[in-house]
Amino acid sequence: MASRAGKIGAIAAACGVGLLIIGSLGFLLPHANVANLTAADLAALRFTLLQAALSAAASCILAIPLARALFRARFWGSGALVRLISAPFILPSLAAVVGLLAIFGRGGVLNDALTAVGAPQISIFGLGGVVLAHVFLNLPLATRMLMNGWADIPTERFRLAQSLSFGRWAMFVHLEWPLLRALLPSAFAVIFLVCLTSFSVALILGGGPRATTIELGIYQSLRFEFDLGRAANLAMMQTALCFMATLVMAAVWQPSGFGTGLDRKVLLRAAWLDGCIIVLATLFFALPLAAIAARGMAGLVDLPNGFWMAAGRSIFIAMTSAFLAVWAALMLAMARARGAGVWVDLAAMLPLGTSSLALGVGAFLALRPVMPPQNAALTLAVFFNAAMALPFVYRLLLPNCRAVETGYSRLMASLGMSGWAKLNIVFLPRLAPILGFSLGLSAAMAMGDFGVIALFGAADQPTLPILAALLMGAYQMQAAASVTLWLVLIAFALFWLFDYLGGRDVGA
Amino acid sequence: MKTILLAAGGAFLATIAAAETPVLNVLTYDSFTTEWGPGPAVEAGFEATCACDLQFQTAGDGAALLARLQLEGAASTADVVVGLDTNLTDAARQTGLFAPVQPAETTLPVAFSDANFVPFDWGWFAFVYDKKQLYSPPKSLAELADSDVKIIIQDPRSSTPGLGLVLWVKAAYGDGAAALWEKLADNIVTVTPGWSEAYGMFLEGQADMVLSYTTSPAYHLIAENDDSKAAAPFEEGHFMQIELAGKLAGSDQPALADQFLTYLLDDAAQTALITTNWMYPARTPAAGLPKGFETLITPKKSLTIPADQIEALRQAAVNEWQAALAK
Repeated sequence: MASRAGKIGAIAAACGVGLLIIGSLGFLLPHANVANLTAADLAALRFTLLQAALSAAASCILAIPLARALFRARFWGSGALVRLISAPFILPSLAAVVGLLAIFGRGGVLNDALTAVGAPQISIFGLGGVVLAHVFLNLPLATRMLMNGWADIPTERFRLAQSLSFGRWAMFVHLEWPLLRALLPSAFAVIFLVCLTSFSVALILGGGPRATTIELGIYQSLRFEFDLGRAANLAMMQTALCFMATLVMAAVWQPSGFGTGLDRKVLLRAAWLDGCIIVLATLFFALPLAAIAARGMAGLVDLPNGFWMAAGRSIFIAMTSAFLAVWAALMLAMARARGAGVWVDLAAMLPLGTSSLALGVGAFLALRPVMPPQNAALTLAVFFNAAMALPFVYRLLLPNCRAVETGYSRLMASLGMSGWAKLNIVFLPRLAPILGFSLGLSAAMAMGDFGVIALFGAADQPTLPILAALLMGAYQMQAAASVTLWLVLIAFALFWLFDYLGGRDVGA
Repeated sequence: MKTILLAAGGAFLATIAAAETPVLNVLTYDSFTTEWGPGPAVEAGFEATCACDLQFQTAGDGAALLARLQLEGAASTADVVVGLDTNLTDAARQTGLFAPVQPAETTLPVAFSDANFVPFDWGWFAFVYDKKQLYSPPKSLAELADSDVKIIIQDPRSSTPGLGLVLWVKAAYGDGAAALWEKLADNIVTVTPGWSEAYGMFLEGQADMVLSYTTSPAYHLIAENDDSKAAAPFEEGHFMQIELAGKLAGSDQPALADQFLTYLLDDAAQTALITTNWMYPARTPAAGLPKGFETLITPKKSLTIPADQIEALRQAAVNEWQAALAK
């Protein structure tokens, strides 16, 4: 039967994730000893929570007007604009830092402008800078999640609201609030969890040891002190945080209950304020991207040796891990939508709370007796990247799977549709845009990944981010900037390609 | 089917052929093996004389090398490790994985002797600045701390130069180190995880000075024909980093490993190291240093901390740094 095949898929996916994560952590966690937590570890925990909560809150609050404005404003190029402002989420974080510094840093565009009008300079370094960078990276994700929600309100509801002459407040209370109530906790939790594992951004923009995150602590204890015990403690702390956040999220989740409509397009009038918001957001997102492009342009055709092999490796990892992640997320989300328990949420969210560094070391310890771990670096990169993308994709797919399930389950049952027919006729067409977006997102995220390969020391088979890091380490800053630009361009191309193939996009 | 058998047979024969050539596994940091690093020249040079196959294994940086060895333990397949430094020797020795080596003749400015390691290059840490932006750089750590010059440094918990600076301040100021860090705190724009992020941000103009090496300006001068960068000489003296190579006790090619350590100090390898690692050679080649190196500053005093005291000092010095900067 239908649900049986679906269930097997979901269980397979959950077991796969569990095996990968728990299997890897299982080799590290026995070293943990909670009694050894130091004051510095607790300070790291405090800062990690603070910056993650502020970053998630700021991203979510700013996403509300932006998503609304983008949903209402339809103009020539609005589809392209939606794709452009989705871009920062898939930027490698080091590239994002460079772009932001060019705008907000010392001698950046903003400070030059402030000096020109006689105002004092601002410093990007500190908690403010960390939150700014996290908002830059994650506001696009929050916005897309909310926009998908807006697009899922059936046109009929808007028409009804218009015919009832709803004012702005009534629209908000009856249409938007239920939507936000359903989506914001998800968006907040995902961004909170992303920021929990923040590493370079927090350290570089944090301005010093005050801004030490748990992930940085793991890195330091593994790389410099080789203190497996401390690494295990910190990894455990992070995994516990993830579990709590996931459970809270599952508890506050409420169905939006709009019902289903006839999949018709909605046309709403945009306000002048929408225009201002869109212009501001575009500047905020586009200026740092333009700075990255400007830096990389000079050496764009003068590529270092090994560039194409590195690009090929990165694209291979990106494509395979994207399909793996989306398949697993779809299986899990459909099972959850049909009423499977909270274990599905936990399985899907598990990778987010685990440090990829801790995973890498766990996998290293696990593989060592069997084979030289560096020989498995590429394969592991595929699986780890798929696992890292899974939580996002799952969060993206789940509301849509639920909507389809609530809206069509009785119809599907009364027609006696088989599992395959359900997937093909009901689910896939309705999920196509979000599936395309998910594939693009996972592929692009994997392109910028630095994690497991760096740890395994596969410098003789670098991916693009590693090549850029190697170039920087050899004073080749220009070549590194160009490789980074190529990395960003390829990531965007993959993202846009899949998003485009998903078709019927909310903004286009 | 036939093709598969043929392919398998071919691969088998290839393995046999390869097995006849001894393989020397050299574990080193990432940047050593890239096309801009010394790796290619060292590999070609050694293979021309050893009738062997030199293969590199890599891990991030010096500290990562040690972490890798600690992870792999006696199971490590490496024969030689290249790229530890004097700040790590004690910890490295404690693994018990290293074999004794013949002491090498060097031209280091300080006395050096170690039972397990030979130096292959070295440098002085220094703050590098742009002569066109900063006209009167501070003349000492103390003067820097009192000035409003903005600097970028690296985290001592994740970077070799970062740890070098903490030990530099400790070697120069001893018990007064914490007080100096408190005065330095407002000069520090930010702390990066590694050298390359800090140096990149300095080149982008995010700070007046960056923690690097006295030899960094030579890169800009020789490779980019740009004489705008300089290192500021400090009155307290400059802390030294000496990069080391060692032989693993578990090596199955001990003779080749010894041969390689000797080769590493030969003129050819030393010459290659100067303009790839941008450090001073451990044994100055007969041809001397390349043109441009004479423009570099020579610190009046070289600061070091004996290797056997570093492990005891390190944690306390890093804690001191952390406490001062967290205020």
